[in-house]
Parts: sequence; C-alpha cells; structure tokens
Amino acid sequence: MAAFIVRMGPLLVLWLAVFLSGTWAVDRGNFKTCDQSAFCKRQRALKPGQSPYRALLETLELTNTKLTLQLINDNNKVRLLLELYRLQGNMTRVKINELKPLKPRFEVPDVLINDPPTEPLSLLSQDENGVVLSLGADSQWLIVSAKPFRLDIMEGREVLLSLNSRGLLAFEHLRIRKDTQVDPEGAEKKEETDAANEPAEGETAKEDGMWEETFKSHTDNKPNGPSSISLDFSLPGVEHVYGIPEHADSLKLKTTDGGDPYRLFNLDVFQYELFNPMALYGAIPVMLSHSAQRTMGIFWLNAAETWVDISSNTAGKTVFGQMLDYVQGSSETPQTDVRWISESGIIDVFIMLGPTPTDVFSQYSSLTGTQAFPPLSALAYHQCRWNYNDQEDVAAVDQGFDEHDIPYDFIWLDIEHTDGKRYFTWDPHKFPQPKDMLQGLVDKRRKMVTIVDPHIKVDSSYKIHNEIRSKGFYVKNKDGGDYEGWCWPGNSGYPDFTNPEMRAWWASMFAYDQYEGSMENMYTWNDMNEPSVFNGPEVTMHKDALHGNWENRDLHNLYGLYVQMATAEGLIERSGGVERPFVLTRAFFAGSQRYGAVWTGDNTAEWEHLKISIPMCLSLGLVGVSFCGADVGGFFKSPSTELLVRWYQTGAYQPFFRAHAHLDTPRREPWLFGPENTALIREAVRQRYALLPYWYQLFYHAHHSGQPVMRPLWVEYPQDTATFSMDDQFLLGRDLLVHPVTEEGGRGVTAYLPGKGEVWFDVHTFQKHNGAQNLYIPVTISSIPVFQRGGSIIPRKARVRRSSSCMEHDPYTLFVALSPKRFAQGELYIDDGHTFNFDKQKQFIHRRLSFANKALSSRNLAPGSQFITPSWIEKIVILGASKPSKATLKTPDGKENLLEFEFDASMSVLTLRKPGVNAGVDWTVVLQ
Amino acid sequence: MSCALLLLLMSLALAMGTGAAVEIQRPRGVPLSKRQFYEENKPFTCLDGSSTIPFDRVNDDYCDCRDGSDEPGTAACPNGSFHCTNAGFRPTFIPSSRINDGICDCCDTTDEYNSGATCQNTCREMGRKERESLQIMAEITKEGFLLKQQLIHEAKRGQEDKQGKLTELQGSKKGLEEKVEALRTVKETAEDPEKEAKERHLKAWEEQKELIRMEKDKTRMAEAFLELDDDADGYVSVAELQSHLELDPDSDGSLSETETQGLLGGADKVDTSTFETVWSGIKDKYLSEVSQGQSEPPAPVETPQEEESRDFVSDHDSDHYPEDYAGEEDVEDDEEDDHEEEEEEEEKVPPTVQTPEKREDDEVSMPPYDTETQSLIDAAQKARDDFDEAERALREVDDQMKNLEKEIGFDFGPSAEFAYLYSQCYELSTSEYIYRLCPFNRVSQKPKFGGSETNLGLWGQWAGPEDNLYSVMKYDHGQGCWQGPNRSTTVKLTCGKETVVTSTSEPSRCEYLMEFTTPAVCQEPASLDEVLHGHTEL
Repeated sequence: MAAFIVRMGPLLVLWLAVFLSGTWAVDRGNFKTCDQSAFCKRQRALKPGQSPYRALLETLELTNTKLTLQLINDNNKVRLLLELYRLQGNMTRVKINELKPLKPRFEVPDVLINDPPTEPLSLLSQDENGVVLSLGADSQWLIVSAKPFRLDIMEGREVLLSLNSRGLLAFEHLRIRKDTQVDPEGAEKKEETDAANEPAEGETAKEDGMWEETFKSHTDNKPNGPSSISLDFSLPGVEHVYGIPEHADSLKLKTTDGGDPYRLFNLDVFQYELFNPMALYGAIPVMLSHSAQRTMGIFWLNAAETWVDISSNTAGKTVFGQMLDYVQGSSETPQTDVRWISESGIIDVFIMLGPTPTDVFSQYSSLTGTQAFPPLSALAYHQCRWNYNDQEDVAAVDQGFDEHDIPYDFIWLDIEHTDGKRYFTWDPHKFPQPKDMLQGLVDKRRKMVTIVDPHIKVDSSYKIHNEIRSKGFYVKNKDGGDYEGWCWPGNSGYPDFTNPEMRAWWASMFAYDQYEGSMENMYTWNDMNEPSVFNGPEVTMHKDALHGNWENRDLHNLYGLYVQMATAEGLIERSGGVERPFVLTRAFFAGSQRYGAVWTGDNTAEWEHLKISIPMCLSLGLVGVSFCGADVGGFFKSPSTELLVRWYQTGAYQPFFRAHAHLDTPRREPWLFGPENTALIREAVRQRYALLPYWYQLFYHAHHSGQPVMRPLWVEYPQDTATFSMDDQFLLGRDLLVHPVTEEGGRGVTAYLPGKGEVWFDVHTFQKHNGAQNLYIPVTISSIPVFQRGGSIIPRKARVRRSSSCMEHDPYTLFVALSPKRFAQGELYIDDGHTFNFDKQKQFIHRRLSFANKALSSRNLAPGSQFITPSWIEKIVILGASKPSKATLKTPDGKENLLEFEFDASMSVLTLRKPGVNAGVDWTVVLQ
Repeated sequence: MSCALLLLLMSLALAMGTGAAVEIQRPRGVPLSKRQFYEENKPFTCLDGSSTIPFDRVNDDYCDCRDGSDEPGTAACPNGSFHCTNAGFRPTFIPSSRINDGICDCCDTTDEYNSGATCQNTCREMGRKERESLQIMAEITKEGFLLKQQLIHEAKRGQEDKQGKLTELQGSKKGLEEKVEALRTVKETAEDPEKEAKERHLKAWEEQKELIRMEKDKTRMAEAFLELDDDADGYVSVAELQSHLELDPDSDGSLSETETQGLLGGADKVDTSTFETVWSGIKDKYLSEVSQGQSEPPAPVETPQEEESRDFVSDHDSDHYPEDYAGEEDVEDDEEDDHEEEEEEEEKVPPTVQTPEKREDDEVSMPPYDTETQSLIDAAQKARDDFDEAERALREVDDQMKNLEKEIGFDFGPSAEFAYLYSQCYELSTSEYIYRLCPFNRVSQKPKFGGSETNLGLWGQWAGPEDNLYSVMKYDHGQGCWQGPNRSTTVKLTCGKETVVTSTSEPSRCEYLMEFTTPAVCQEPASLDEVLHGHTEL
C-alpha cells in the first residue's frame, strides 16, 4: 500500500497544482463552511458511536394508520415522539419530534400534494429488545430496536437501509435560556453554563453559537436557541448515491470525508465554482441510492439550512486497494453512509423503497407532485439577454431571426425593462408601448417573458410597495418592522410569500388590468428568489427575519418555491383558469416542479460550465424537476465562437433551451459570428424544433407519471454498472441517447451505447451500431452525436418554421427504429399545446404506435379522450428494414391504399411516401 | 385532411381585386423566370436534375426533390422557396416554411392560401409608399450628389493648396536647417571658452572650499579634545573617551576598555598631536557633548500610499459582491472606471521619499564669476538662445509639414470627398448625453448634467463591406469598460444633404453605433424610372 501511495505521490502533486492554479471565481469567504455554521459544527463534532436514544416500548401504540413510540435520551432524559407510517406505493415515513416541545417546531407545509395515504402496519413480533413490523408484500420488515434505538428495513435476510445505526440521531430540544435575566454583557458565559448543565447531550464541549452567531458583520439572534436535528442512514450494498441538488458537481455524489458536507441552502452565489459541495440557488433534499439490485430514495422533508455528509467504505479505496481486498478474500460489503443535519424543524423522512428507478420516481411524485405540463412553445427556443434595450431592439432581434431563418418562440426582457426596477412596470422611454411590442410578437406567433423579482422597491410612489406595506404583507425583521434589504432597486422589501393571502394578492397582480401592458403572450421569470439580499448574511435574508410566527431559519429554502407558486397561479388566474402558465425560477425546493421551469443560474462562458450543465440537469431530473436548462453560451464572460456553437448543440437537446448573457458581454445573437456559424446554430435550433413532438410527449409523461425527461443511462439500464457514474451523455426518455461534444477542439467522442443485444441508430446518418459498446465517433463542428434506440418510434415534424405555433398543424414524420427482432414501439401525443383542456376535458390524442410482424399500426391509448387535429402522417422512415414488395395502408373505413416507397439498401432504410392519414385515427401499414 | 390543397393549384387568370393584368399560368410559387421548367402534364425533372416525377407530384405537399423544386407552392420542402408576385410592389422569394404559417409575408397574400389567416393585399399601398420614399431618397441623392461634386472639387483644391504649402514649407525648411547649422557652429565656438573659464573658476572654488573644510575639522578636533580632556591634563585617556557610547565599534551598547584602547591606537591616553590620528578614526561617529541629546531624530520617511490603494483594488475585485452588481448601473460603472484610472495614475507616480536634509555646516555659496568669465558666459548664452530659437522654428515647420503630410496621407475616400470632415466635430444631444463625433479623430460622450467626458473610440479605419468600404467608420480603443472591452464606436454613413449625426445607440455594452448622414456618400442617382422599374419583375 505504502509503495502505491508513494507512486501516486507525484501524480497527486501534479493534480493539485493543476487544480489550484485555476482562479477561484467565487468569493468563498462570502459563504459559510460547516465550521462557520454553528449548528453544523456542533453536529459534525458528534462522531459515530453508541446512540444515547432508547425506545420506550411500553409507549408503543399501533393504529390503522401509524405506529407511535416514545424515545428517550438517556443522557438528558428528554423524550421524543417517533411516528412510523407505511405509505401506499412502498414507502415508509419516519417522523421524529419532541414529545413536548416548549413551543411547536416547524413542519413543512405546501410541499406534499396531500396527506400521503397510508397502509396498515402489522406487528409481527415484539420482545424487550424491539418490535418487528410487516411492510406488506415482498417479505419486507421494519425492525425497531429499543436499546440503542435504531430502525432497520429488511427484505428477506437483507438489510435495505438502517436509521441511527451509527448513533448520529441528535435532536437539540428547545430550551429556556438560563441567563435571560443576567446582564447582557455576560453573553459569552451563558453557553458554558448551558454546556455544563448538559454535558451528556452527546455534544462536545464546543457549544458556542447556540444563542447567537456572527458571520462577517452579521449577527444572527437566535431567540429559540439551539434547535438542530440530525440522523444517519446506512445503505448496505450501495456505492452510488445521487440527487440533493443544487450543486455544481458530478452526477454521482462524492464522499464528504475530509471536506465540507453537501450544503442545501438557497443562495445567490456570484460566479459559482464547479465541483464542490457549496450551496447554490435551490435545494431539493432528496437522495437516490442505486445498485444493480435496487434503487431507493430518501426524502428529508426539512426547509431549514441542511448539510449532508456522505461516506463510503469503498470510496476511499483505490483500484489497487480493491484488488487487494479481492486477493486477500476480504469480502466487506460495500456500504454508503449518509448523515443529514438541519438547523431547525423536525425529522420527517420518506423512505422510498423502489425497487426500480421508475418506482422511485412514481413514489416521489406521489408525494410532491409531477412536473407542470408546459405550453408546447416553452419547449422551443428562448432568446434572452440582460438586456434587450428597448422596443426597437426587440423588433430588430425578432427581425434578425427571420432574416437568418432561425426559429425562436420567446424573447425575454431582464430587469432593465422596468421603470427603475419596479416590477410590473415598464421603462417609459425604452418601452413606451409594450402592447404594440407584444402585438408585434403575436403577429409572428411568438411570445415574451418579462422578469418579476420578489424584492420590492421601497418607494411610496410605487403602487405595489404601498399595497404590500398597507396590507402588512412584508417579511418582518426580528423587531417586528418591515424587513428591508438591498437589491437591484436599492432599498427593498420582501413580500412574505409564505402567507397564502399574500400569494393570492400577488397572483391577482398578474391580471391584465393590473399588470399594465401585459398580454396573453407574455409570461414570467422569477429571479433572485433565494431571496437575494445584497447586504444580507451570505447575500440572503437574515435568519431571524420573521414570516408570521416562523423565522426565515425554519423555512428559508421554501421561499423561492412560494414565489414561483404564486406567480404561476397568477398566470392561470388571468386566463380564467384556461391557459397553462410558464414561469421560470432560479430558487427551488422539493415540489417546485409543479410550477414551471428552473435554470442553473449565473454560469460562465467556459467549457467546464458547458459540461457541468449535464450532471446539474440530470440531478434535478432525478428528483422531479424535469424542466431544467443552463444559460446557452454562459452568462458571465464571452464565449468563443466554438464554445457558443457547441453550447447551442448541447442546449438543443436539454429540456429548457435558452440563450442568455450578462449585460457587460458583447452581443451574441446567433447571426453575429459569420455565415458558417450562423448555419451551425440554425441547424442545432432546427433539430430542436423538428423533435418538439417527442419533447412534448416526454413532458406529458413527466407530468403524468413523474418520469424524468432527461435521464442518466442507469435509469434505463439499472444493472449496467458501466453507466452508474456516467454524466457526459444522457437519455431523452428511453429512446434517444445524446452525447454532445463538450471538448474544445473535439475531433471525436466516445459514446457508450448501452444494452446487450440492442442496437442504436445514428439519427443523422441512420448508421446502425450495436449496444453494450464504447463507440468512438469522429466529429466535426457540425456534429451532434444522437442515437435512436432500436425498438423505438419517434415522431418528428420535418417542416421547421419560425416558431412552434406556426408548426401546430403540420404533418408528422415517424422514425421507426427496428430492434434486432424487428419490433418497435412508440407514442404520439397531441393536444392544443397551451390550455388545461387536455386535463379538464380530456381533449387530447394519445396513440400507441407499434411495429410488429411487418406491420406498423396506430391505436388509441386513451379511449376516453377526444381531440381533432388537422395534422397527418407525412412520411414513415423505417431504420433497419428490409425491402418489401409492397406496402399497404389500411384505414378504419376499410380502404386500402398502396404506398410508394424508397429503399436505401446500403443503410437498410425504408421510406414510405405520404401515407397522408390523419394523425388522430387508427391505421395500419402492412409490408409484404 | 388537406387533400384539396394538395391538388396542383394554378394561379387564376385574373389577379385578385383590382389587378386587371392577365397573368400567365404557372404552378403556385413559381417565378416567371422558371416557368418553362414546369410544363403541365409532362414529367417534372427536379431543377438539380436529381430525379424526375409525374407532374401531379408538383405542389402535392410532399417533398420529392432534394432541392425542393417540386414544391414551390407548399411548405413540404425544408429548403424550398416561394415566389410572391406582389403586383403593385416588389416581387420576392420567401422560404417555403412561411407558406400557410398563419403569418402574412407576401403583400399580395398569396403565401397564406390555406391557413385561415386573414391577410390584406397591401402591395399597392406599399408600392405607393415605397415610390414616395424612393422619390424622396432620389431627390436627396440627387442634391447630395451635387453637393458631393462640390466637396470633391473643394477637396481637390484643398489638396492642391496643402501640397503647395508643403512645397513652400519644404523650401523654408531647407533655409532653416542651414541657419540652425550655422548657429550651432557659433554656439559651439562660444561655448568652449565659456566652459574653460567656468571650470577654472570652479576649481579655484573647490580648492578654497577644501581649505575651509580642513580648517573647520581642525577646529572641531581641538574642541573635541578640549571636551574630552575632562581633567585638562593635555591628554585624552581611555576613561575620558569611554563615556562616548556612540563610538562603540561593535554597537553592543557598551564601550569596553579594550575597545576604547583600540580607538586610541593601543595607548592609554593620547596628547593633542597623537589625537590627530585618533580623530580621523572617530570623527564620523563622534557626537559633541554640547549638541548630544539635542540632535533631531531623522525625519520620518513618508510611506507611499500605494499599499492602501492596492487594498482597495483587491477589495473591489473580490470582496464586494453587491458592489460588483452595483457596477451594472451606468453611472456607477463610469465612476468605477474613473477610480481605476486615478489609481493607476497614483501607482505610476514614484513614491516620494523625503530624504532629510543633512547638512551639518552651512554650505558657503560660490563667489560670483569674475567679469571676464561672466562676459564669456553671456556671449555663449546668446549663441545658445539664437540656436534654440532657430531650432524651434525648424521644429515648427517640421510639425506643420507632418500635419500636412498626415492630412494629405489620410484616406478621405476615392475622390477625397470626406476631406471636409477633417478637423470638424458634430454633436447629437439625447436625454442623458451629448455625443460628439469628430471624424478621423474621435468619438466621445458627455453627460448633460455634469460629469466628465468619456472617450468612445479613436479613429481606426474605414470598415464597410468590401463593395462599399466607405460606408462605415470604425473608432476603437476608447476608454476601458469594467470587466469588459475598451469602448468602440461604429459610424454608419448614409446619403443626406446635410452633415449630421442622426442617432446613437449602445447595442452591446460599450459598443456604440452612430448614424451619420453626409452628401459624401451619395451615389450618382439613377433616373427615378430606373429605380422603380428595376424592381418590378425579375
């Protein structure tokens, strides 16, 4: 071993040198490390060992819906209440709160879509050591051990997951400050007193920061004192864990030994850095574990600042070490240990037991809901910049797209469009006639997004401010006055979006008669909703600010979700409940998927940022947020032409496709880089538009069943260990594999095509490749390596027009990629593209397309639905086909028509000419 | 289903509405010039020759030809184009993807024949408007072109004038050069004796100074001896000297006996004559007992302010996140620029360390020159002045010539029609700023309500497209932008009777665009008829 390390030495040094020579973009000093966050430091000082908690089995109560049991901390005699639920759909919920807290502790509202339906737990056995409960089918048990307290979920003889097995359950109970009557100067002393009184709490002697904490120049008053919670989870057999976005890090989460834990705390991080566990704009406390045997999820429902430690018994080992294990016959099972630490609230954990990735997605979406089904046009291309200067600028950019024949659907206006950063208003000089401008876009069947941020300029001549102030809707500071902070407009107030009345009022501000100059083709962007407070601690709100009775500390990570919720509600209401909203948010939490899209914030025009967009969006997709994208081109700095082109090519195959740029960067509309590059960008955008029917169908599924749109390969190939850490390529749905070129000067990429015995077809050349291989693909600047799975059918619209609306009634081309067994299946989903009628009135077409036995047919998948489309089937392209003697189209009216076809023998591509049949009816094409 | 529209649609014999002209039959979307390729009821060969199809597949809403030529009137081909006749206006081609997309592209409405879009035929109205504006433009061009001729004429004359002046200057330069040379000789001749006389005077003075210095040293030594010889026995002893700690050779704070003995050349005591040698060893360190304790501490060396300003810069770069954001505001941005410049300037100034004046004895000033020397000096000075004068005159002529050559050498356009803009400035006032364009020199911006001027770029080059190089001017290397490039300005020139800046904008941060009209870019007008008819049908 030693020799090995020595040999690795120089490499390590080299690696460090390379790593350290990069300039740190972010100013790390603005943000806390675990050591600088008092509760994290206190909790992390607690090391694994014997838990002081004991289950009091005599207090056990079992009802139809749950089991309750008291826990006692033998050191301080504080009692906790444990509630266990077996939830429908193979989930277990574990809730732990103080039995008798001094005052109620915060429980996260509005994230679960309902009270999760339960199933009865049955007691299998009980003795003085604990109880065994049945979790229903599959011989799954839940074992509650009494001393020390721990929970184990078993399947057969295998432990799936254990809680508190490392004894890191720690619940800081609410307490009365012992020295409140003492002179204020004695502030430092009191903690020592506290610590002395509770030496056995399991905390180390280092107890400062319990009642007050200072970071940089900001002091956090903690009237409630210490309130943090922690719990550990052990996952035997697991080497791969994912999720807990948002971090600019690899898809597979890293172990955090020797560094900071992953942090979940919504923050506006200026010029963020890659590959580290620092917190970013959003937080979704959901982690997925995956092994070839099983996929599971842990949903830690807590909206306070949270840190997640990950360790693994194999991660530290080198390949050499693992080989040594093998040689010496050491058979330690791999195991991943996870520890969650939150500043306040209660422990409320949902354990999603899978066992497949699809099951976990269904389980999680049954709790927090599915992706909002966006208007079709929102899946098209968005053109944004900070800022389009004025109406003439907007018209000129719009015209530029037509002149260069590049489609786009949305043009965006950033903060400069407002009258002095007063949202819901327009700059009277630059945008004197917003409705004329919007009408100009309506005439082109295009749309606009304007920004509406949640910081409100404190200005007595500003209607929005006056109303919020007079209604008492602002967040309050610790002294009860309106909380004020510095943001774009200068001094600003922050509406209390946690208040339902406030949200209802906010929503009403989007009515056409309230938001002057708005029209139905204008949608909304919520930025800075972490919230960003320029002069606040860590550039966000003070933790002791008050939302009604609760501190920002308790619900910080929820604020952004509420902002988007209220805004989306406003867009629905203004249309009388008819139109689907489209709202983009920067901050988010579990459940945010129900309200619209998110993007990865203020990235940078660098190749590494292009690459990281893939794992960042994959991680979000795994925990419910499918509608994800990164600023194409990079927000800060100016991209090289090559980087810009590559970013368009990558973005065209990511869910939210928007170019954006910082105010100080040179213009970068697609036609500003010479005709060749304009053509390359045009082609990338056109590929996106042609594929919109498939994108729309994937989003319908995401909305319907919670399956992610953009997926890591392991989701579809859960037993293929080669895919478990892959994050330079991804799947769209099941059927498209994308390996974008993200290397500067890239001459080729090596794509991994999964699936033994499967085949994949290059969507551009129709070349067939075998699955389960690493395929080297030479690339040029025009290449976007994309493959269609043999066995799938993908609908496209080949007539790319200047906006998606213009393509609404266009005919479809079906790409049928045959499996080696000459089989293929796909779907076609069509609705009006923008209203809720698909849901409320079942107005949609959903068809099953299948190819088997030399016949391709279209059958209704949703018999209860109805919708009329003028679209028809223009062309059918069958990949991997053999040449038929004839092709016959059969329609429901009994007619049979011979179809003409072309056969390309070199590529085995059969093209059926113009079936012409309506896309909404039954039909069959028989090849003979 | 759209079977009806899949049929080949032939243009109606009569144009819609008021158009009375008879149109020739051809498939939808085909221009007259290509009509012969689309012969009804004969197989159609794709225009790229790639394949031949039955005629009923032309415009049947399915793309058969790789070049899209079989679907001139439908949106079926991704690379097709559609021809709008636009009777009354200009015919045009649009991409096939704009057929029946619900948006009216052709003013004759022919692109939207099956989309449900309600389009108005606006060709006649547009034609009328275009004719009107063309007419106006033509008039402007005509007058502008006349003015341009005048400008060319003037430029030519100006050029000749300048050439003449240059020749003239070249002549006078020659004379001046000769004069300078002659005066240089005079000067040098006068300077030699001057130098000698001055050196003589100086040497005498140095000798005198040395004498005085030695005298003074002797006096000091005598005084020191008296001071040291505490017991007035005519000897300075070890004990007497030991009180002078400043003489400590190893500076350890004490003057040992051995050390003192060493100072006295090994003796226990010395008399006045031996003291002379001792004195030469200690006089630099020796502090008179009288002045001891009163000597002023050396003036503190002033620390340069550099460090402070560096701190500020680094702070600004990394620490002040909100300020970075605040930097987005126009005004603040400019302020920051200014800061940085000031700081730079500060850093360039060498730190002014004030060396304390260390003159123990007042320098006795040099006595005036004797009259002979003085008169030599005066003569030399006059020769120098004359020479300088002549040289200055030569330089002036040189400068004038250089300026002239520069002006003559400028690219003022093919016929020097832009020459009249040289050394002129044109202003445009907006709500916030006054913009100032000084062609071939610089562009700047000054806030209307106070504040300093910002350089938006210095003359760079002509930057129009190859076929129209003189339509765009580029000014670059203006004031730097925070985290961005140096400011630059593109000036677009259009034909106008007057020379005036018509608009300015900042399409991209720190990249300005200015529109400027001048007769100098007016092209020879084609006759109005040509302008209008050149467009009607291709």
